[in-house]
Amino acid sequence: MSEPFIPKIIVFCCNWCAYAGADLAGVSRLQIKPHFRIIRTLCSARVDPEFIMYAFRKGADGVMVAGCHPGDCHYIGGNYRTRRRMALLKSMLKQFGLNTDRFRLEWVSASEGEKFARVVNDFIDRIVELGPSPFGKINNRDRRRKDEPISG
Amino acid sequence: MPPVTGVYPDAAGDAMENGMTGSGYFRITPGGRDYIYREEYDMAEKITIALKRGASCVGCDIAVVNFNEHLFTLLTYADIVFAPTLLDVKYEDLKNLPDGSVTIGFYHGAVRNSDNEEMAKVMRDKCRFLIAYGACAHMGGIPGLANATTRKKILEQVYKKTVSTVNPEGTMPMETYTDEAGHDLTLPAFYDRVFALDDVVDVDYYVPACPPTHDINMQILSLVREFVEKGKPLPPKGSVIASVKTLCDECGRTRSRTISVARFRRLQDLKLDEDKCFLEQGIVCLGPATRAGCGAPCTAVNVPCRGCMGPTSGVMEQGASMLSAIASIISISDDEDKLSEEQIERLMDQIIDPLGCFYRFSLPKSQLGRVVEDVKEE
Ligand code: SF4
Ligand code: SF4
Ligand code: SF4
Repeated sequence: MSEPFIPKIIVFCCNWCAYAGADLAGVSRLQIKPHFRIIRTLCSARVDPEFIMYAFRKGADGVMVAGCHPGDCHYIGGNYRTRRRMALLKSMLKQFGLNTDRFRLEWVSASEGEKFARVVNDFIDRIVELGPSPFGKINNRDRRRKDEPISG
Repeated sequence: MPPVTGVYPDAAGDAMENGMTGSGYFRITPGGRDYIYREEYDMAEKITIALKRGASCVGCDIAVVNFNEHLFTLLTYADIVFAPTLLDVKYEDLKNLPDGSVTIGFYHGAVRNSDNEEMAKVMRDKCRFLIAYGACAHMGGIPGLANATTRKKILEQVYKKTVSTVNPEGTMPMETYTDEAGHDLTLPAFYDRVFALDDVVDVDYYVPACPPTHDINMQILSLVREFVEKGKPLPPKGSVIASVKTLCDECGRTRSRTISVARFRRLQDLKLDEDKCFLEQGIVCLGPATRAGCGAPCTAVNVPCRGCMGPTSGVMEQGASMLSAIASIISISDDEDKLSEEQIERLMDQIIDPLGCFYRFSLPKSQLGRVVEDVKEE
């Protein structure tokens, strides 16, 4: 029998809302599947599209960006920027051949521990359904060594 | 760790002395060593140069011809030992040279097939300093756009599907073939993706642009000459021989401090203001995400920048940095917080081909590198 698929999922959380929401989910002892790693940034706008592409290159099966609800950004308008960039990034990831369900943007406030648990669980389920990212197979080794099958 | 940016001592001054535009700034990549001194190399009076192309349009060969009369000056302190476009040489001639015997090697073009890769390795063995010359060697360049599709699709298209193809037997290229007389014939293997030069061999310097301009050539010449004749150290390994600034800094078009674009358009769809910044007029211009050093010749003649100089220093991804720039300048007249995610996505749909547009020259060097096949979306 083949090994069960354990997805690698990165969740970028802004410090003020989403991370606090994740924290609340934790202290409320909500059950969340363990297959995700949180990277905390000060604002969701700090998440450069470059970071997301880097995560996929390194073999992430799914990437979520979580920030404050529109209108609630600690830095006033950071999450509007995030939203614009992520919308454009999504159409570009699609051109790269990725199923765009592997990428998700969510708004989670500091009081929404329950929502955090729900969206993360839901995301993990979807990624498990999709299976491993095709970039994980070809790009998770150092490209300089060009050890991808190149002929054939 | 992001690359450290630094200024090569005096190079900017030198450039000015020599009446050059541009600058003498370099990127120092992590792990890059310190300046390289002539004493470290036991060299004869004259240095030797080799020139080899890979998957190249030969534009870079023409760029070498663009050294103009300076080629003659070059010949006073350098011998060109191998250059298929300029001299009557055979590949064996390069292979037969002792390893490390050529001082500087220029490789232009991407790595697209097994022959390109083999020759890149031969160049690496023979040359002390290997320069990735031109956008194709630097980042994959225009041939690198083939990474937006696959080998299989390309071959199908070319050998079966184009209107002008007549191929009733469906003959496809083969790597080996034995004819009736028993001769074994071979063709290089056509790779599934395009690589930049440093994906297959170690590279000492990068010279960007498609093709490198006269000014950039002059900058290389002065570096090499000072190294040979005055023993002045070469910049650290991994340097990009260009500027650390952004192309917009070199561009002559007028630009307001904040840009806000209601609608993106194509060049043919508007009456162009010849002095105003392209982005301000809603034309995608890669200036903000592109390294300076070319002197912005394109924007000077009413052509938006397509980014052949590659990303600015300190940035991993040219495409992602352009994507951020474009996303933030689209103006939204309604209350932005009232718009749904879907409405925002529709607004961004004005950028029709972000991948081809933002990675025109750098797709193989982007984080993702090539397209893949994933589970189809419902
Ligand atoms: S960099 Fe430009 S000019 Fe040089 S080989 Fe590539 S496409 Fe041709
Ligand atoms: S965006 Fe283009 S046109 Fe505008 S200043 Fe920059 S390089 Fe010049
Ligand atoms: S302006 Fe842009 S496209 Fe033109 S040479 Fe410079 S970097 Fe290349």
